[in-house]
Amino acid sequence: KQTRSQFYLALTLSSALRQMVMKVYGDGMSACVARVLLCLHEKETEFELVPVDLFACHHKLPSFLSMNPFGQVPVLQDEDLTLFESRAITAYIAEKHKDKGTDLTRHADKEAAIVKLWSEVESHHFNPAISAVIHQLIVVPLQGKTPDAAIVEENLEKLGKVLDVYEEKLGKTKYLAGDSYTLADLHHVPYTYYFMKTGHAGLVNDRPNVKAWWEDLCSRPAFLKVSPGLTVAPATN
Amino acid sequence: KNERKMNPTMDDSKMKLHCGWFFFNLAAIFGIHEKGLYFELVFVDWVADVVNLNYTFVQPFGQVPVLEDGDLKLSESKAIMRYLAEQYKDDGTNLLPNDLKERAIVSTWMEIDTIQFLPLAILSLIREIKSFSHRHYNGSRKQSQIIRSPKHLRGSFSESPYLAGESFTLADLHHLPPIHYLLNTEDEKVKDLIYSRPNVAAWVEKMKSRPAWLKTLHITDLMKRRHLRTQLDLSCHDVAVVAHKTVMVIGNN
Repeated sequence: KQTRSQFYLALTLSSALRQMVMKVYGDGMSACVARVLLCLHEKETEFELVPVDLFACHHKLPSFLSMNPFGQVPVLQDEDLTLFESRAITAYIAEKHKDKGTDLTRHADKEAAIVKLWSEVESHHFNPAISAVIHQLIVVPLQGKTPDAAIVEENLEKLGKVLDVYEEKLGKTKYLAGDSYTLADLHHVPYTYYFMKTGHAGLVNDRPNVKAWWEDLCSRPAFLKVSPGLTVAPATN
Repeated sequence: KNERKMNPTMDDSKMKLHCGWFFFNLAAIFGIHEKGLYFELVFVDWVADVVNLNYTFVQPFGQVPVLEDGDLKLSESKAIMRYLAEQYKDDGTNLLPNDLKERAIVSTWMEIDTIQFLPLAILSLIREIKSFSHRHYNGSRKQSQIIRSPKHLRGSFSESPYLAGESFTLADLHHLPPIHYLLNTEDEKVKDLIYSRPNVAAWVEKMKSRPAWLKTLHITDLMKRRHLRTQLDLSCHDVAVVAHKTVMVIGNN
């Protein structure tokens, strides 16, 4: 009798868990969505990807705006919690499931602080420069316009300076925040993947430590699951 | 930690904040005062480099503010504040909720500050200091972008007094320095972005009256006028100026 009630309890729990799977709204070709997907795979967390048709501007509809007033993907729903901003989502997933999968945030206080430091570096220094280049070389042509060469030039220069600092850091540690792979590295992946498809891959390939780090990031199983979704191609120069 | 509180003259164990008076430094100084922590302020004179600002404002790496806590060296004001909020969560104001989901909301608003709000706020400030800048921006084109940016703030405040809920957190703290600069411009249209939105204006006024913010303004004002050789005696702790330094490069590790 006890085993039967345990059996029914297990059934009820598993169906309840099905409903509790995290939902990610977006499309795998969006770099910001890919950032979240990478994290979910690294943490071996189940999720459901709810497609949002970006070309049909479904992310600007009132139903979407009620989830994210900025009208951007990704959006995460976890029961009663709705989150947006990919880096806030990855931080939440990494912390919620900190005992599962890859350790993306490090547990010891000071190591965790260094991970956050290099995550901020990505947000404040790397991202503005690389996303400006990707915007000009990939998004602008999709809108039927011509890329602004001056903006590309200026941001390539900024990106080069950032990568010089990375080159030096990666000569001392295997990954940005230390000797293991963390969120600080993960956040760089999607935009860098697109960047390497433009004619400017030399910025990475000419810096041996950065190049080795990038190749390592591309060899991770989570990356191999997510990269097929990153389908947008840049306009040829 | 307890030793540090009881013996504020123990120089070895005191945290050091290397900082200037400009922009990102304010968040770190503000945060340390909210937590009521003992620290040593090392003034780094950035005037020479302010003149060479490009439009991203912050030149990469080896920049102020930098926090030293024992053998840990941290730059990036948000990384510094997250560390202090977690490491010293029982001291002073609680800047990060304990609940994971509530913390995630705080993170979201901090990301909004970095990704959505700051770039536009900085662009509007560049017009104000264009005598320092080598580039001239078309002010009217940028205005329309900036006008969109505090829209999110209006929506949020109809539900709760602070960005992430009922209490003041890191999310609110990091918004105040750029808003402070926006409100100190001469351009009425920029100031109006805040004042024309009653919920946003009320939130800003509440924050501006916080004792920690008033102390921050006092300290940065002194640094600006470079009168910081004297010992400052503030009500919660002593701030001792160690030295004037010019450009300082810190290797992160």
